[in-house]
Amino acid sequence: MQVGMTCSRIRVEEKLLLQAFARRGVEVERIDDSAVMFDLNALQADRAHRERWPDVVVERSLHHGRALYALKVLNDAGIPTVNSYEVALTCGDKFLTTQALLRAGVPSPRCLLAFTPESALEAIETLGYPVVLKPVIGSWGRLVSKINDREAAEAILEHRDTLGNYQHAIFYIQEYISKPHGRDIRAFVVGDECIAAIYRTSPHWITNTARGGAASNCPVTPLLADICLGAASAVGGGVVAVDLLETADGQILVNEVNYTMEFRNSIDTTGVDIPGRIVDYVLAVGAGQ
Amino acid sequence: MNAECPECGGTITLAADVLDGEIVPCQDCGADLEVVSVSPVVLALAPEVEEDWGE
Repeated sequence: MQVGMTCSRIRVEEKLLLQAFARRGVEVERIDDSAVMFDLNALQADRAHRERWPDVVVERSLHHGRALYALKVLNDAGIPTVNSYEVALTCGDKFLTTQALLRAGVPSPRCLLAFTPESALEAIETLGYPVVLKPVIGSWGRLVSKINDREAAEAILEHRDTLGNYQHAIFYIQEYISKPHGRDIRAFVVGDECIAAIYRTSPHWITNTARGGAASNCPVTPLLADICLGAASAVGGGVVAVDLLETADGQILVNEVNYTMEFRNSIDTTGVDIPGRIVDYVLAVGAGQ
Repeated sequence: MNAECPECGGTITLAADVLDGEIVPCQDCGADLEVVSVSPVVLALAPEVEEDWGE
């Protein structure tokens, strides 16, 4: 089987995946997203051209935009990918993720959407302070703002409105969930199984491990697994990392779903061979299972 | 295999299986470095995070 991997850089995660493929005797063709060129017509119409591409492609690009278009090209040419274009499209946009979760009945924080600073301010005050304002596209907690009062709201909305990119004038406003234990949960779903989870603990309200949150093992309870599989299914399945928040009254809410998950801090923490599980899933997808 | 950090001049020890495109941190100055060539080894400062980067 020919396996491809779209990538921008070889970070720890990509190297671990390449090593896991190598342990299974599978050589991986790296598809560098800064060098790749797609002949769109040939990929659609020329069978010989299409057969020069791998049987299955793992998506590991750092760039959401490049990932999205590459996946669309590959999927439309009949080449399966992990994850699919639809999953990347939904997970790469927090609004689309929320819509998918709501339609599937997966518990998630209350969200409001507005398109102008004035209506956003009204939405913020409808939810009540504090609230969280997030760009619909972005990761690692970038430009995610906890807004504690009206003065902060007015300042941040003005800044967002002048950032230039039209997406910053899409105001996605989420109720603030105070983390009673100073932590959130990241759970890893591969196919139809929630294989592992970690707590991410931080004195800062943003708990991403990319931002300094400390990882510790989180038991995968039947409730947690059920919510995570529901979230994964809602966005289209595959290999995803589900971020969850615990409320003071014991609910678990799905905050975000990530489609190119990072897992370097979670292998030793959980004792689960996450890259190995991903690779086995990719090979099964490539085999048409 | 050793290489020099382009930021601080410190010595970077690379694994034998280092790959083109791999990101390695400099233990001396903390800069993220990209392996732009493995034969010979050439390191460059990794690019700054772009707006659509992420998971």
